Parts: sequence; structure tokens; C-alpha cells
Amino acid sequence: MVEVKKVEYWRWPETSWVNPDIDWKKGKLVTAGVDVGSVSSQAVVMVDGQLYAYSNTRTGSDSPDSAWKCVNMALEKSDMKVDNIDYCIGTGYGRVNVPMAQQTITEIACHARGANFMYGPEIRTVLDMGGQDCKAIRCDERGKVMKFMMNDKCAAGTGRGMEVFADLIRVPVWEIGPRSFQIKQEPPMISSTCVVFAKTEVVGLLQEGMPENDIMAAYCAAMAHRITELLNRLGMEEKFAITGGIAKNEGVVKRLEKELGVKSIDKVWHDPKMQEKGLPFDTQIAGGIGAALFAFAMLERGKAQSARKA
Amino acid sequence: MISAGIDVGGKNVHIVITKNGTILARVGGPTGINKAEAAEQLYAEALKQAGLKREDVTQVVATGSSGPRVTFANGVIPDAAADARGVIKLIPSARTIIDVGAEEGRAIKISPEGKVLDFAINERCAAGTGTFVDTMSRALEVPVEEMAKLSLKSTRSIPMNAQCAVFGESEVVSLIHQKTPKPDIARAVHDAIAGRISSVARIVGLEKDVVMIGGVAKNLGFVESLKRDLGMEVKVPDDPDFVGALGAATAAAAGVLEEKVEAKVVEKEKIEEGKA
Repeated sequence: MVEVKKVEYWRWPETSWVNPDIDWKKGKLVTAGVDVGSVSSQAVVMVDGQLYAYSNTRTGSDSPDSAWKCVNMALEKSDMKVDNIDYCIGTGYGRVNVPMAQQTITEIACHARGANFMYGPEIRTVLDMGGQDCKAIRCDERGKVMKFMMNDKCAAGTGRGMEVFADLIRVPVWEIGPRSFQIKQEPPMISSTCVVFAKTEVVGLLQEGMPENDIMAAYCAAMAHRITELLNRLGMEEKFAITGGIAKNEGVVKRLEKELGVKSIDKVWHDPKMQEKGLPFDTQIAGGIGAALFAFAMLERGKAQSARKA
Repeated sequence: MISAGIDVGGKNVHIVITKNGTILARVGGPTGINKAEAAEQLYAEALKQAGLKREDVTQVVATGSSGPRVTFANGVIPDAAADARGVIKLIPSARTIIDVGAEEGRAIKISPEGKVLDFAINERCAAGTGTFVDTMSRALEVPVEEMAKLSLKSTRSIPMNAQCAVFGESEVVSLIHQKTPKPDIARAVHDAIAGRISSVARIVGLEKDVVMIGGVAKNLGFVESLKRDLGMEVKVPDDPDFVGALGAATAAAAGVLEEKVEAKVVEKEKIEEGKA
């Protein structure tokens, strides 16, 4: 019997990772950050402020379930249990429903702090391109938020906008960036910023015979354009870092940098030891990292008490 | 004198042929990708319906977002001007027009003579248009023509948080998972757009009689939501989606081949600002 598998072009693969060089039992403070977004959820576990484990998963229809799923997946390949965690902070749109968290902190604060850890203290502007929102944050050298602007009412410039497009042209979402550069000449951007109207425009272009890669270029350009509006309103200061899912789409990133006239900092760990060891650099875990770091700082300064059960 | 009005909209083409003010033929069909061709084919149909030849028609005026694509038109006028002429002909007491089509929501203040005094449109966003209803009807798995009947069965209003058709679709899916009755969801969809359309309408000022036209006016569930939101009576003429074309035909009959109208674009505040 032939099984027909329905291809879901938006379904990027879920991942998890455990640091082989850290023996958590020898560490003092185990903290976790759980970032439940509307599209994706991440769990990050740190031992004494060092990255120990993380997961990047798809958020389901239920926030508490999504929280458990990403935490369990992060710890799957480790012998650590949730009860071994000293302090856990929940963040993201679903933060009120993170059952294993002792408290919550806003995603804006967590993203800035996480970007500071990942990219270093020179960062002053963080752009988080998330699943259903887009945030532009100005921060100081410690990753503290100075001001921010957020769009969470319009799909243009968000991951959902890209997923809708991937489904329409039937190309896996992670292939869109690279393919958008396999063109002869940069085409004009899709004129509608609205994702729904952009879809109709794309259908028209497909019917007119525009090559698929060119259409991808045109769509990435339109998305980049939408995001520059947000950044220009905020006012940018270098160094500039990008976090979130769309940071992985070079098609959008490169065109964004071109329009802004500002390059974003390379996606490598600020800590040279982490970079040397080749630890995976996943732009979607910035929020979880920030939350886990806040938890660590609070315990160290005696502002929170360990909730470890085992 | 025989005149024709061709309204080429985002989703549909509407055509009206008139003789001395009386409608001889009325034809509508999808615009599709090739708009000029759609207008041509439907015009041929309209002529056939009226039992006329092309040369029998003295003037053809086009309107709609793709009005300029109509190759055989003698003139093109903006939607607002066509709407104004069409509405005043049908309902002389009209002073405010709300026209919601597939791709745009507009509000027009008119004089007793049918001149456009003020005009506001929703910015280019699917959330304030018929496309929003279409998208949500798919999420509800209900043909769009059934949305009105469905929403009129609702007994309570629930809020819809999404201000975007893309996010709204996900929200409808979660409401269905939470076992929310479909009539209540349909009503929430209509209430959501009604809210957006009302804010556009308030820019031009709401003066009686308020008349609604355009494809979405056929959705009586939406019209109810709009009346509730405005707190006013809203009149809907028969064949509300043909009123733009009728207005263009009326302009053609009056020898008006072009008109200038300035639009105020209402942008919804999407960006939230904050300090730490």
C-alpha cells in the first residue's frame, strides 16, 4: 500500500542539544529559562551560567503542554530531571502558563539579556523576528532594555508571514533564504506589505511565469522592507544583532542590512571558548538564555530561593 | 442614451448597462488574474443580456481598483465618485456611504447632489475587507455565503483579539478547539471587521442616511454587526455590489469621463512603543 505523505512546507525540524563537556552534578546552580511563544517554544538549561542544554520546538495548542514538551525534549538526552533545577523562569507570550517556572519575566527583557550573552556587550540594538511578532530593542552593555518597539498585530515581518508564503509556493521554509539568491537580478519587491494581499500578488507572478527563486527574492525584500520601518522608528545604534527564527533566513537578513545600510553582527558566540568548541548557535534560544541567566543572577544575589526538589 | 459602467474590483467585475436611467443588463463575474480579459468577456455577456451591439452603447465609464485596465472605456472615475453617483440615484436621502469590497473598506460623505465631500479608506490590510470574512469562513469550514446566517444565530458576543487575517485564522482555529459554537465565532468575525470599518467611517463623520454597498453588504450578519457598532440604522440597497457599476454608468450618461477625489488613508496603529 502506498502511503501518501502530506508535505508541510512550514514545518521546520525540532531540535535539542546537551553539552557533552559539562557534568551538571559537579555544578552549583542549575537554572532554566522556558520561552513559550505563539509559534515556537524553547527551553534552555544552564549550569552556573554556562549553556548546558536546550530545545527548539513547535508550540502546540496548549501552553502548559508546550512548556513541558520543550523542557522534556531539552533534558531527553541528559540524566538531569526537572526536579534538579534550582530556579526556572518563564517568558514569552505563553509565560503565564509555564507550570515549572517559579516566576515570569517579559520576553523583551529576556531577549535583550540573551542577545547580550550570545553576541556580546557591544550590542545596542536587538531585532527579534519571532513567529507572530517583531520586536526592536535598544539595550545597554549589560543587556538591559532602554526602549523598544513591537509589532504584534500584523503578520508582515513575522515568521507566520514567511510560513504562509512557504506553503503557497510549496518550498520548505528553510530553503527560501538560500534560493532567493540564486537569481540573475534582484526583482522589484512584492508591493503589498499585507501577507494576504501579497499572496494574491504571488499567485499572479507565478501565473505570469516569474521564476520561483525570483519570487522568493521579491517576498524576502518586502518582508525586510516592513521590518526597516520598525527599526527606523526605534532609532538604531550599532552593534546590531538579530535573534529569533527569521534570523536564520539570509534572504531576509541580507536585504534588511542593505536597506538599513547597517550590517548585523555575525552569528557566532561572543565567548571564544564556546565558539571554538563548536557549540550550536541557535538564534531562537535568545529568550530562553536570557531567562535562565536572570534565574542564575537572582539565585547568586540571594534574590530568589532554590526550588530544587532533588 | 445607452451607457455602460464597468467596475473592476479586486475579486469581482460588475457591469451595468443603462438606457435613460433604466437598467437594461446587470452582469457580474470573477476578476481573475487577467483583468482586462475578464472585463471584455463579461461586457460581451452584458451586451447579449441587453440584446445590444457594442456600437449601441454611447459611453463606457470604468471604475474600481483596476478600472484603468478596461481597454474599451471612454473614461475612468475613482470608486468613491462612482459609489456616490450610484447611491444617490437609488437612495436620494443618503449622506454617508460605507463600501466594503474584497480588498478595501471605504467611507464617503456625499452632498445631496451626489458629490464626494470627504473620503477615507482603510490602509492596505486584509483585516478591514471582505477577504477577512473569506479567510475566516475557510477556517470555520463554512461557505462564505453561509457566514451571515451562521452569525445571526449567535446569542452572545465574544472578543476577537487578532487584528490581522493571518493571526485571526489561528485564533478561529483555537476557538474551534475550545469548542466555541460556530455561530458565536462567525459573529465575532463580523464584529471585528465592523469595528475597523466604523473607525474609518467616523473619520468622514456619520450623517443619516448611512448606506452600505459593496460585496460585503450582501452579508446581513456583517450589516447587523455594523449597525450595532455604529449605533445607527444602515440601509442596504438591492444588489449592493452593483452600485459602483451603476454609478459609473450614471457618470457615463452625464458625459463625465473623469473625476478627481482625494482619499484619507486610515492606518491602524500597529507598533507598540515601550520603555524598559
